[in-house]
Amino acid sequence: MKVSSSLTLGLSLLAAIALPSCSKTESSVSTSTPADPISASTPDAPPNAVSDELTFLDLEKDTLKFGFIKLTDCAPIVIAKEKGYFDDEGLSVAVEAQANWKELLNRVINGDLDGAHMLAGQPIGATVGFGSQADIVTAYSLDYNGNGITVSNEIWEKMKPAVPKGADGRPIHPIKADALKPIVDEAKASGNKLKMGMVFPVSTHNYEIRYWLAASGINPGFYFDPTTKQVDVPGFLNGDVELSVTPPPQMPAVLEAGTICAYCVGEPWNQQAVFKKIGVPVTTNYDIWKNNPEKVFGVSKEWADKHPNTWIAITKALIRAGKWLDASLENRKEAAKILSQPNYVGAPYEVIANSMTGTFEFEAGDKRPMPDFNVFFRHNASYPFYSDCIWFLTQMVRWGQIAEQKDDAWFHETAKKIYRPDVYEKAAKMLIAEGLAAESDFPFGSDGYRAPTSDFIDGKAYDGREPNAYIKSFEIGLK
Amino acid sequence: MAMNTATTANPATSLEGEKPSGKKWRYNPHKVAHTLEKLGLGYFSPIARLIGRDEPAKQVRAIAQNTFLPLLAFAVLLLGWQVCANTVATDSQKIPSPAETWSAWQDMLAFSAAERAKEAAYYQSQGERVARFEAMALQAHEAGNTQRAQAIEKRMASESTKVYQGTTTFFDQIGISILTVLVGFILATLVAIPLGILCGLSPAVNTALNPLIQLLKPVSPLAWFPIVFVFTTWGIDQAPASSIWQRALFTSAGVVTLCSLWPTLANTAVGVAAIDKDHLNVAKALKLGWFKRLWKIVLPSSLPLIFTGLRVSIGVGWMVLVAADMMSQNQGLGKFVWDMYQNGDTASTAQIIIAVFFIGGIGFLLDRIMLVCQRLVTFEEQTV
Repeated sequence: MKVSSSLTLGLSLLAAIALPSCSKTESSVSTSTPADPISASTPDAPPNAVSDELTFLDLEKDTLKFGFIKLTDCAPIVIAKEKGYFDDEGLSVAVEAQANWKELLNRVINGDLDGAHMLAGQPIGATVGFGSQADIVTAYSLDYNGNGITVSNEIWEKMKPAVPKGADGRPIHPIKADALKPIVDEAKASGNKLKMGMVFPVSTHNYEIRYWLAASGINPGFYFDPTTKQVDVPGFLNGDVELSVTPPPQMPAVLEAGTICAYCVGEPWNQQAVFKKIGVPVTTNYDIWKNNPEKVFGVSKEWADKHPNTWIAITKALIRAGKWLDASLENRKEAAKILSQPNYVGAPYEVIANSMTGTFEFEAGDKRPMPDFNVFFRHNASYPFYSDCIWFLTQMVRWGQIAEQKDDAWFHETAKKIYRPDVYEKAAKMLIAEGLAAESDFPFGSDGYRAPTSDFIDGKAYDGREPNAYIKSFEIGLK
Repeated sequence: MAMNTATTANPATSLEGEKPSGKKWRYNPHKVAHTLEKLGLGYFSPIARLIGRDEPAKQVRAIAQNTFLPLLAFAVLLLGWQVCANTVATDSQKIPSPAETWSAWQDMLAFSAAERAKEAAYYQSQGERVARFEAMALQAHEAGNTQRAQAIEKRMASESTKVYQGTTTFFDQIGISILTVLVGFILATLVAIPLGILCGLSPAVNTALNPLIQLLKPVSPLAWFPIVFVFTTWGIDQAPASSIWQRALFTSAGVVTLCSLWPTLANTAVGVAAIDKDHLNVAKALKLGWFKRLWKIVLPSSLPLIFTGLRVSIGVGWMVLVAADMMSQNQGLGKFVWDMYQNGDTASTAQIIIAVFFIGGIGFLLDRIMLVCQRLVTFEEQTV
């Protein structure tokens, strides 16, 4: 806390340089078109201004309750509430923290919650029947990136000498798990496999840490062995390490207790580890896959069928919140302040602001600009691309969560069942008509597949149109 | 203890009875002290006696003892707490000091006040929105767009009835916790007393149920939760988000019921089985019907034991409630503790300590209320 004032100062300077520069490079999805009413609005503008052009959707239900987990990427939901965007749509929304991802999903399935902040893998896992079986759908992607992998101080001390360094003596990023491999092998040989934490079996974090480890030849373990037909619920099968579930807010404490020696989690729980000097974040998921999908706003299919207009209204409010979050650094700071309230994320402002305002601190003092560490709206982060859904499906097959062989058509059909860009586009068009968004904010005319990319830590190319070819390209993984 | 004071108080009551009219009120230290003791306010009874000049020296000593010894213990606790706060600290967490806890308490009050202010602001903006809609509807009518006007009017109507859905503050959560435990406790009572009576009256029923009761009695609330969750999901429709009767409340209450019904059940069974045989014989001689016998003989004579059971039950219920709330996400104190735990800040640990004091205090209060009820029926039983 002592360093906080100088830190925030330095951080805001860095981010002030970083944030605008990134919107320049991405001119196609520029956030500051002159017609953009959000960035044009002054802080004095009434939060509940009702546009003359407002579409009055015939709401099936107007009193709602949403769940979230204490992570910074619940921000669009919290901002839509706090800024009155839900109210503008005629929705009265309660936002309630949930104990863990399993509980949150169960409560969406049974109707206790109308919708929730979900791991992108949750609607997919539920729909294909890994874990709780239920049809969950999404029309809004809450954010890209936002996760990190943190190792304990002890592991970092061992890893550090093997990490390539630049002229300034600082590690060259991205840090691969190559430096970790000898430690993993040594531990495995001694009969005590390293234990690592991730937040949920179908979480991005699980796939990311597995991806990172496997990219350096470390086998993270499988959920299924096709030769013996053996199913392993914890996913330890044939692994060089043991990856198990720990709820996000408990990660730092569990790391400190020595139960695990590394974890992959969303913010603020990596920055918390640096602040409290209990661990060192070594990489972020931005380095593992640039602009990877992270959380979505999920509702049950049954709910969506019963409340189509309400769903559009919610999506409208969320789009506005996403736009607001990416509009300026001031907004990010304000959001960090709001999120630090005990009823939302509740971690100290400095910790939340560290990653939300365009920087990320690795080793203590090694703070680097990461303008895209949290992306809520830029780069079309809020659009539910089928190809994002399919990536998760490929990873589920890769690690044996989906046991059967599937043809490419199955991937496309499944993605179209779960991801609903049609709902998103309806909401977007209404916002444009109301003057609250610009045509250029949205990727209209997209077929739902992002352009093929090889922006991965191992340089593998991913094309959502050919999932099986992608699955076959991995050295470690089921095919 | 109640009986002892009752006998010593007897001369006083007879004295009072000799008063010619009863208009002239005279302070009777014995009677007041006795009443206070019966109400579970034993601490004040030496004060009452002192006012009545009843063995003043003895009363002063009692007051001093009753006051200073607990204060001393509390001071030791504070000291120990401060020592812990100075020593028990890891890199990621620490025990907050009493001073930090006090400031956390003030934060909580401020947060609660801010939440109330937000509520007021919401209703103000709601009024503004409704007014705006009204103007827009009029505009649409004038423009001849009836369809849009109707849509706006519909929104206006729903807007004006909307309730503020803010954050449940700590004080709201206390209220919800008490409500939950009462729902669970009432359910438990409704199940336990009839079952207990059946067990007490019929040795066959008792033999049949006893193994089951023994088996289920020690089960932890955490184990009951997933089972209750299935039942409430199946049997209870989710109320609107703004209603207090959320399904999670019933899940929590269900767990409370399952954990707290056993003491009442066991005590009722024992109480009913131990009824004086003479009473039952009299009932037989009078040819009382089954219900009349139950109402006139069985219930009155087993009431003291039933209430002893109820008192234990509500204590158990309150104790398991925190765990049940954590699991079911019912907006009670358990959820508060869990949320604060997840915040993982020293200030949030301090808020948990505040919650611990409140949980203890309310548990104590509930126990006192049941104690008073228990003493009232015990007393009645003796006078009847």
